[in-house]
Amino acid sequence: MNKADTVVEMRNITKRFPGIVANDRVSFELKQGEIHALLGENGAGKSTLMNILFGLYQPDEGEIFVNGEQVVIDGPNKAIKLGIGMVHQHFKLVHPFTVTENIILGSEPTKGLAVNYKSANEKVANLSKQYGLNVDPTATIDEISVGMQQRVEILKTLYRGADILIFDEPTAVLTPQEIEELLVIMRKLVEQGKSIILITHKLKEIMAIADQVTIVRRGKWIDTLPVAGMNPNQLAEKMVGREVSLKLDKKSAVLGEPVLELDKLVVKGRQGLRALNETSFVLRRGEILGIAGVEGNGQSELIEAITGLRPIESGSLKVLGTEMAGAKTRKLSEAGISLIPEDRHKHGLVLDFPMRENMVLETYYLPQFSKGGFLDYDAIDAHAKRLIAEFDVRTPGIHTPARALSGGNQQKAIIAREVDKNPEILIAAQPTRGLDVGAIEFIHKRLVEQRNMGKAVLLISFELDEIMQLSDRIAVMYEGRIVGEVDPAQTSDEELGLMMTDFKAPQGGGQRE
Amino acid sequence: MKKTAKIATGIMLVASLALTACGAKNNNNTNEGASPVASSPAASEAASPASSAGAGKKFAMVTDVGGVNDKSFNQSAWEGLQKLSKDTTAEVRYLESKEATNYLTNINQFVREKYDLTWGIGFLLGDAITEAAKQNPDAKLAIIDSVVEAPNVESVTFAENEGSFLVGVVAGMMTKTNKIGFVGGIDIPVIKRFDLGFEAGVKAVNPDAQIIKNYTGAFDKPDLGKAAAATIYNDGADIIFHAAGGTGNGVFNEAKERKSSGKQVWVIGVDKDQSIEFGDDVTLTSMLKRVDEAVYRISKDLLDGKFAGGKVTVLGLKDNGVGLPETSSKNVPADVLAKVEEYKNKIISGEITVPTAQ
Amino acid sequence: MNKVIRLFTKDSAVVPLVAIVLGLIVGAIIMLFGGYDPILAYRSLLKKVFGNPYDFGETLTAITPLIFTGLSVAFAFRTGLFNIGAEGQYIVGMTGATIIGVQVNAPWFIHAPLAIIVGALCGGFWGMIAGYLKAARGVNEVITTIMLNWIALHLGNYLVNTFVLEPGKGRSYFVDDSAAVTIGWLSRAMDNARIHWGMFFAILAVIFVYAYLWRTKSGYELRVVGFNPDAAKYAGINVNKGVVKAMFISGALAGLAGVFQLLGVFLNQPISAGHTGHGFDGIAVALLGGNTPLGVLFGAILFGTLSYGAAGMSFGADVPPEIIRIVIGSVIFFVAAPGIIRWVLKQLRLRKNKGEVA
Repeated sequence: MNKADTVVEMRNITKRFPGIVANDRVSFELKQGEIHALLGENGAGKSTLMNILFGLYQPDEGEIFVNGEQVVIDGPNKAIKLGIGMVHQHFKLVHPFTVTENIILGSEPTKGLAVNYKSANEKVANLSKQYGLNVDPTATIDEISVGMQQRVEILKTLYRGADILIFDEPTAVLTPQEIEELLVIMRKLVEQGKSIILITHKLKEIMAIADQVTIVRRGKWIDTLPVAGMNPNQLAEKMVGREVSLKLDKKSAVLGEPVLELDKLVVKGRQGLRALNETSFVLRRGEILGIAGVEGNGQSELIEAITGLRPIESGSLKVLGTEMAGAKTRKLSEAGISLIPEDRHKHGLVLDFPMRENMVLETYYLPQFSKGGFLDYDAIDAHAKRLIAEFDVRTPGIHTPARALSGGNQQKAIIAREVDKNPEILIAAQPTRGLDVGAIEFIHKRLVEQRNMGKAVLLISFELDEIMQLSDRIAVMYEGRIVGEVDPAQTSDEELGLMMTDFKAPQGGGQRE
Repeated sequence: MKKTAKIATGIMLVASLALTACGAKNNNNTNEGASPVASSPAASEAASPASSAGAGKKFAMVTDVGGVNDKSFNQSAWEGLQKLSKDTTAEVRYLESKEATNYLTNINQFVREKYDLTWGIGFLLGDAITEAAKQNPDAKLAIIDSVVEAPNVESVTFAENEGSFLVGVVAGMMTKTNKIGFVGGIDIPVIKRFDLGFEAGVKAVNPDAQIIKNYTGAFDKPDLGKAAAATIYNDGADIIFHAAGGTGNGVFNEAKERKSSGKQVWVIGVDKDQSIEFGDDVTLTSMLKRVDEAVYRISKDLLDGKFAGGKVTVLGLKDNGVGLPETSSKNVPADVLAKVEEYKNKIISGEITVPTAQ
Repeated sequence: MNKVIRLFTKDSAVVPLVAIVLGLIVGAIIMLFGGYDPILAYRSLLKKVFGNPYDFGETLTAITPLIFTGLSVAFAFRTGLFNIGAEGQYIVGMTGATIIGVQVNAPWFIHAPLAIIVGALCGGFWGMIAGYLKAARGVNEVITTIMLNWIALHLGNYLVNTFVLEPGKGRSYFVDDSAAVTIGWLSRAMDNARIHWGMFFAILAVIFVYAYLWRTKSGYELRVVGFNPDAAKYAGINVNKGVVKAMFISGALAGLAGVFQLLGVFLNQPISAGHTGHGFDGIAVALLGGNTPLGVLFGAILFGTLSYGAAGMSFGADVPPEIIRIVIGSVIFFVAAPGIIRWVLKQLRLRKNKGEVA
């Protein structure tokens, strides 16, 4: 490869924020037609680097070359002009608008004074076809799936003439099938001459698709190397800076008596349809039961039903042998159920509250924290300090608002709180969503530890790897029912994937041509 | 009977005189006190050319929440003080009250600054004037539209019922639909006097006429006035008499809108000659209440050393404290004005007693 | 000492101070445009507020209701509710106190506390209606509280009219002396300024709101509900009960504003056509104070001082009250737009840094 093939080069980029050096002389080079992964833990500086490339930040030091020319990128408009497009992790779409309207937003083709929708629709349809995206230009964003929405974001950059595409954590919100489809699309883009930067911390994706990988850690460039010939453990080590075990040491389960029994549980969903349709399963002490399934097949409703947040229409819910259907959240919590909720910002924490108050969110009323109607802040502080130390929650202090903590540390804090309640049943819903390798490792260890201590763990996750790795037993959920139970040692991703879609072919477009 | 006839001819004569006087707007007629229909801008104007009698003296007034530009009695009172200043070089000031808590503090502001006389304009300031008088026995105070029993307060009230009776006569004779409206401010004795006098006047000349009444509950809410007027006009009335201060501006507003869409409706104004402000296309006439005159006269008395604390002055038709403005002749035909004059004399002579309210 | 300095150099302290200064500057510019002397105006304002014991006392009296309504709005806000209804709760609270104050005969140590408690309960009940509607029916509290303001106004008028009206006065009877919370000796010491116990209760209310929200179990629950109702649900906290409770306390605080205005200042309740504005001013005060109890105290002091001093500005420098509202408005604008202030501060710092380099 010669120099002319280099489409983007960032040399010795330094960016300082008050109190922190986000990028410390980081260099990065993207060649024509390659998929170059940018790997690092949360807060390692990969997003900062890409935001500089996309013109959202100005570097304090360093130079940027695009197609061999030195450039100053003073805003996203300049970046777009240079052929750089960014597919954001959080989509920036106007929901009631159609796909085409979203794509042309800001650069509408006009015919006189009116927007020329016809030519816009055609152009979008052509682009969609060219890259195998299969997006209906006239559908509104509300009508299409998350995976489709991401394709609209991709189309947006293509429509604006991007040759260099930055994907920021693109798989965080996708189902396993959608991830597969995305990888196909990315390959197709490269085939047609585009170059891709993939920001991620998921080693599996890098192994599957990237040509090159650049690793950053704590704002510093660590290494750039071809993916071929590497194994995930080596990459993880470079990313975290120490040895990590991606495989868990797990003794075989010692099963105890049943603690949670669901029998033909029926619960209505948001639209009044049955979200749980006679769901039955049993959870025993000393096991991790994994619930596998594509998002939206009743998992959220299952959690809400078990924790008393959603009324139970019929069926039985037994906790430690006692019928608890219809009990209130607090009663179920006192009966021994702890929940690590799937959305930690929305359900798990009060982000504006200091850590000490977050650590007693479910227990503040107990005599140990509250006397005569007043909260005992000495006890609350001591409790928070102990948990923060025990679970290695990195926070400046117990008075720091939860908002200021990184995602991993927020999750650690929630797990600390829930485990400290000494529950009989620990429900972990998507416990590692959006977290980096280090935090995932920590959380997985804690879950197994609980199981080893004889607790019952119910793991609900959309990440098949996680389910396969942690579970002693896997129950597959489809349209509100448990459609099958498998032993993780005797199944495969493929078998699970088929069960999760109830033996039907994957829905939606993408793979058809 | 003979006597009545005599009076009637007298009235006719004077009325025609008054009408001619209207055409030539001449302020220099010294015998206007005798002019019965039209109570001309200032009875005392001729009496005092500019002098420096008030030099170094300070007069002040505190408005109610309607504010000094209410186009009604607050404004009228302030005109009285301005005239005083012009005539006597006395220093005059006002403070507007934003809310009821300000009445007392505003009065006290002037009292503390040693003003020679502080006016409370309007019934709503009655309690505040009472309190201020009690707290400051040395201060001289005066109040319009309310009676305050204190040795250092002079109270002025008007026989609004008498003046309202006369505009009632106009309305009763001129209505084409036989429906007449009344929009009142707050339901207090002052306004009740307007109401009852007006009703008696209408009934005296047109016993069949129906009167639709509406008390808006405020003196400073034109929107309420407009809504009330709309309802009354919709019910078929063609003339509305308002006694609602600033709220009445809304009545004019509504009338103007209807007028511009081709309907002939009338408003009878209050306190001042409101045809000047709102135009004579909708202003039939006004029930003048010479607040300016009262403020001027009593302030002047003080300069002359004649301040009478504890006194209650009631200004009626015979004192020219209430009445119809000269401009009435624009819209009110002469025969109606003659009838008005007839009733005026009957009231002054005591032949008719106009109902009143306490 | 360092701690104190840090406290005042913190953004949270600097931003409002700069906002006030900027607001005053904008006010000054507007006064200059209007042809008024801003320096004289501001000096008159200060003189009006601090010039003598009477005005100082009256300023305290003007501040008191603002503390209560400000706390009411801030309390609701802390629990995730936007209480626009402090105005209505104020009226209902006042009405409750009036009826007890006029109708009940009891020794002072029963009468006054009873009137206060009943007034607070009435205000609380009024707030609770909106809370209940939100909890049980999901009706947005912004809409219900606005509607309830009008219902409160007319309900208050109706109750006064029906039960405690002094005939011909357009207001209720005066409350019995045993119900009044005036402080005679202090009033006399301050030249009859209407000093009353309300301001001490207002300070207690500041402490109460702080202690309740940040120190008690149920305050903690309300804050969780306010900041993250979903998390509250997951934690087993009854969100609906919290909403009703929060609106009750918020309403009771606003009700107390009305109670003390009545028992300490007016001693009677007028039939009124419009809102006093104290409840709406409470929103501004809460905003000024960043929805913290101490902030509300300072916000009320600022707002009350400016409002009361307004009369001084119009007296001393002839500035019309409208301009003073603009000054208050621009202060609130700048406080509410901390982004602007931070930008200004950043520019200042940049310039300073550049100066140091050069």
